[in-house]
Amino acid sequence: MEIFQYEFMRNAIIAAVLVNITCGIVGTYVVIKKLVFISGGISHAAFGGIGLGYFLGVNPIVAAVPFSLLSAITIGLISKRSKLSEDAAIGIIWAAGMAMGIIFINLTPGYAPDLFSYLFGNILTIPLTDLYIMLILDSIIILIIILFFKEFYAVSFDEEFSTVIGIPNKIIYLVLLCMVALSVVILIRIVGIILVIALLTIPSSICRQFTYNIKKLIISSIVTGIIITVAGLWLSYLLNLASGATIIILLAVVFFISFLAKRIFSSFKFFRF
Amino acid sequence: MKNEILVDLKNISFYYGEIPVLEDVSFSIKRNDFMAIIGPNGGGKTTLLRIMLGLLKPDSGTVRVFDKRPEEGRKSIGYLPQNIFFDLNFPINVFDMVIMGRYREPIKKYSENDVKSVLNALETVGMLEYKNRHISMLSAGQLQRILIARAIAREPELLLLDEPMSSVDPETQKSIYELFLELNKKMAVVFVTHDIGAISVYIDRVLCLNRKLFYHGPKEGSLGKLEEAYSCPVEILAHGIPHRVLGRHKK
Repeated sequence: MEIFQYEFMRNAIIAAVLVNITCGIVGTYVVIKKLVFISGGISHAAFGGIGLGYFLGVNPIVAAVPFSLLSAITIGLISKRSKLSEDAAIGIIWAAGMAMGIIFINLTPGYAPDLFSYLFGNILTIPLTDLYIMLILDSIIILIIILFFKEFYAVSFDEEFSTVIGIPNKIIYLVLLCMVALSVVILIRIVGIILVIALLTIPSSICRQFTYNIKKLIISSIVTGIIITVAGLWLSYLLNLASGATIIILLAVVFFISFLAKRIFSSFKFFRF
Repeated sequence: MKNEILVDLKNISFYYGEIPVLEDVSFSIKRNDFMAIIGPNGGGKTTLLRIMLGLLKPDSGTVRVFDKRPEEGRKSIGYLPQNIFFDLNFPINVFDMVIMGRYREPIKKYSENDVKSVLNALETVGMLEYKNRHISMLSAGQLQRILIARAIAREPELLLLDEPMSSVDPETQKSIYELFLELNKKMAVVFVTHDIGAISVYIDRVLCLNRKLFYHGPKEGSLGKLEEAYSCPVEILAHGIPHRVLGRHKK
């Protein structure tokens, strides 16, 4: 395995592990609570924050963090309170966020960053500092999920009942969206908006076909995500293709195969764990 | 303590937009009550429960639950919703679902005591052997019993049940009524139904609701008022024992 000799490859593999820990945990809730579209909206709106960062001349991620937390909370509040339909609200914020990003970058004099790299990222050019940032993000998310496991589980399952038994349902929901926002922003530069959505959605969607236990679902999503990401990296190296896009295609192919396999073998009990 | 008031509603009105759902409704639930709230579809029964639970705010009037605001008092209520909004494919089994009814505070894990209460509740509704079953593999009636277990596992002081007999077969209905009667020794039981036949011989008090409160009192007096509430003649026959509304006829 000559590819592992390169430092950038080693970093990419460490990044694959760290990214998938975040995405496996947050993605499980995204999938079981059906927040995929909301997460898509938050991810794309984060682009506005990145543009703002360039415009203000600060690190784009520094500007994108408050921006996407704000858009997450806005989407959360609109979806709970307003009579505007939830998916319309998401669509508006999704589009407006991206448009703001473009305008801000237009207004910034001098070098225009490659927007394409924010859509698809580049896992092969990750500096060491980003690995530390991802490690911190993983720690925060793991801590929140362990401390408030009961609350997240109950709110994801049945919001009304959670409210009645005294769980601050809205706060838990907003914290969940903020975790999505935080994950997205930090992962954008590394893997790109599209791959973040893919990693939040596909590993958990693959695994939930085979388990009804949420803890097993989280762990298996992380492991599945890591395996597919590393395999995708290796394939992209072999075939000389874009790494992010290759990983996404591989994720989609595995999902499709698992879906068919599940249909064909669903009569076998051992297919659940 | 027996006549202690658990829930007190005064002059409650509620509108969905311009449409009045409840108008000037006042009543109270006492500690030993075993009460049925009846009325036609759209009569405001579920709205009334949701107001008691603090899920809806009335447009006028006051609600006190255990002498607190409903948002605080509702922690002592066991609630069975009429409609389920959760996803049956959600990764959760019967046990994990029922233990959510034991939730008290963040960070602390569920205790052995919580586990015991859950097993008890499952035993009570006759679903103990299904505790590891995923919720998608239950029939509608079994799911209803699991929802009842979730409400009673809380060991509440008041049970609010919205259409508890929906999707339950008549044989099970009888055993569930007997279960409620047993629970009534420890807690007030209030349930909503639009099915007049479901008012059993066990009920102490009936509350007829069709936007306004038409009757509130012992079940024997409710017949004329029922007709008024439904605004059409209501025929209630005193037939078999479990479905009898009136007292036994004297020969």
